[in-house]
Amino acid sequence: MNNGSKKAWLYLLPALILLGAFLVYPLIDVLIYSFEEGYNFASQTYWGIGGYNYSYVLHDPYFLQALKNTLILVAITVPLSTGLALLISTGLSSIRPLRQLYQTVYFLPYVTNTLAVGLVFMVLFQKTEYTDGLVNLMLQWFGGPTIDFIDGPYWAKMFVLCFYTIWVVMPFKILVLTSALASVNPDYYKAARVDGTSRTRIFFRITLPMISPMLVYLVITGFIGAFKAYSDAVALFGTDLNAAGMNTIVGYVYDMLYGDSGGYPSYASAAAILLFAIVLTITCINLLVSRRRLED
Amino acid sequence: MDIRLQDITKRFAGRGRRSQGETVAVRELSFQVPDGSLVGLLGPSGCGKTTTLNMICGLEKPTTGRIFFGDKDVTDLPPELRGVGMVFQNYALYPHLTVLQNILFPLENLKGAARPSRQEMRRRATEAAALVQIEELLDRKPRELSGGQQQRVAIARALVKMPRVLLLDEPLSNLDARLRLQTREEICKIQKKTGITTLFVTHDQEEAMSISDRIVVMKEGVLMQEGKPQQVYDDPASLFVARFLGTPPINVFKARVQAGELWLANRPVLAVPGVADREVWAGVRPEGFIPDEAGPVVCTPERAEVLGRDLSMVCSHPDARDGALRAILDPACGLRADAETVRFSLRADKVLLFDTETEQRIPFAADKGAAR
Ligand SMILES: Nc1ncnc2c1ncn2[C@@H]1O[C@H](COP(=O)(O)OP(=O)(O)OP(=O)(O)O)[C@@H](O)[C@H]1O
Ligand SMILES: [Mg+2]
Repeated sequence: MNNGSKKAWLYLLPALILLGAFLVYPLIDVLIYSFEEGYNFASQTYWGIGGYNYSYVLHDPYFLQALKNTLILVAITVPLSTGLALLISTGLSSIRPLRQLYQTVYFLPYVTNTLAVGLVFMVLFQKTEYTDGLVNLMLQWFGGPTIDFIDGPYWAKMFVLCFYTIWVVMPFKILVLTSALASVNPDYYKAARVDGTSRTRIFFRITLPMISPMLVYLVITGFIGAFKAYSDAVALFGTDLNAAGMNTIVGYVYDMLYGDSGGYPSYASAAAILLFAIVLTITCINLLVSRRRLED
Repeated sequence: MDIRLQDITKRFAGRGRRSQGETVAVRELSFQVPDGSLVGLLGPSGCGKTTTLNMICGLEKPTTGRIFFGDKDVTDLPPELRGVGMVFQNYALYPHLTVLQNILFPLENLKGAARPSRQEMRRRATEAAALVQIEELLDRKPRELSGGQQQRVAIARALVKMPRVLLLDEPLSNLDARLRLQTREEICKIQKKTGITTLFVTHDQEEAMSISDRIVVMKEGVLMQEGKPQQVYDDPASLFVARFLGTPPINVFKARVQAGELWLANRPVLAVPGVADREVWAGVRPEGFIPDEAGPVVCTPERAEVLGRDLSMVCSHPDARDGALRAILDPACGLRADAETVRFSLRADKVLLFDTETEQRIPFAADKGAAR
């Protein structure tokens, strides 16, 4: 080890110690928990080592429901929110008057508490004995049937959850993309215009490649964020997510630890490790695909 | 096909309301770029050169005035219908595309009958690349090229559509001195070979003088003078143009004309027949000083710099506008920087007089080369 890299390690030491204590150690601990069979909370003892916890979790209908919910949520919200954010920020950067105002308006949900937004969504979409809720009123205007989005059919609940998630994650994406768009040197657009490039071609051949690093970043963080969804579901459907059939993986982990049916750190650990494996795989795939894209 | 600008004015609205803070980037500009010639558009930073170029290529619309390509009024045409190729100051090569893809880009924009086949596109791209000698770089990305190579790619991209007009915006400003010299020769050569009507923007007068067929000098959006480089240099219309052209710049003295003689530091230094008695700015080109033991211009030498074949001598003179004058002399002239004083006489054809108020040229009938 030469002097320079010794110094570098020295500078990194505080960060490494903190990361080790609060990130790596818990991760390893969770991994160990997940293989301890028959762990007893009170006596801190266990029977043996094995894969039973995983097999339990993988056969638990609540977990499978949570897995399904999470996958649907990820598959719908990540592409939709990124695409919409791209559309809106492209629009925003091509208008001049009131741009600042629009940017602020679009950014507002970001600084608003998720639970508060969730409450508003619930009020908008709910149908109770006393009121139909705004969305149902609008559906009635257009002659459609009324649906209880909060306590009704599965697809309606899923729709609200996706809608809400997209709503919450979009501001940040719009912010990132508008600044990415603004950082593209206008000379590229001028050169393209002199050469008679059509608007769509400019967008796909110049704008998109130029902001693709930011897009990749958004997609990766979007996937990770959506896989970790929990508070959104709670905000909309309350804490008993299993009963509502709207649980997510993180919600399942929480329930296994602290919920009414909780007190099973081993099952929770196994579920958490499964989630970790899924997210890791998806992120690696993302990175591989995007790297190949960016290189050619 | 020539380019004609007719009374072009370009105003940019200010940030504030109405006309407050409005910028007039170009004011009633008229000039012509003759067919097949290379014209240098020259002026200090912010004088409206880029704006003029942008109006010619169609990126900006003039507030008033018309632009003609040949007989055709193109003022209202969008850029893609004008048939111009443009090289930007920073080249604006698309960083994610290879050199070949960059050069192909304008061709791929063509639609319908004008769109060549894939093979034809490739042929034309390699032809353009060959013209600027970058055939072996076609598969590289712009960031893997040197500044000079990037510049040639930009020229190839501008030429590939065989434009009728080529516009270059300070294409050499990012290059080092050596490469700049080489590349400007190259541009000149390519222009001669293709015969494309070319307008070339620069703020470097030497660059413009060396390769242009004609130069156009601008200042604060107004055309100052236009003509052949040598002619503008020898016969500038104003002190601004005289000072702008030539390295080292012209020496300016506060002087007086009395009874047909130019007076400098209380000595008559040159006969200037036909000029009324008045205060003037007297400009003397550095090469206009002739060492002369009995010469009327007396000054104190400060230092001498031998620049290869020339001797450049800096002397202080009480009436010089910047306190000092710079003379370009023959190293064999025998003047020494440690002398008490040196004396010069002046070459009449290198002396220019200007009004102290308007800074316009005051002509006088000099008998060429006569020294007093
Ligand atoms: N889009 C614009 N909006 C407002 N003012 C502008 C705009 N473009 C240029 N100007 C102004 O017009 C004037 C001329 O600008 P221009 O870019 O043509 O100068 P230039 O001669 O190319 O200078 P340089 O040598 O520095 O490139 C400047 O005062 C500039 O501030
Ligand atoms: Mg400019």
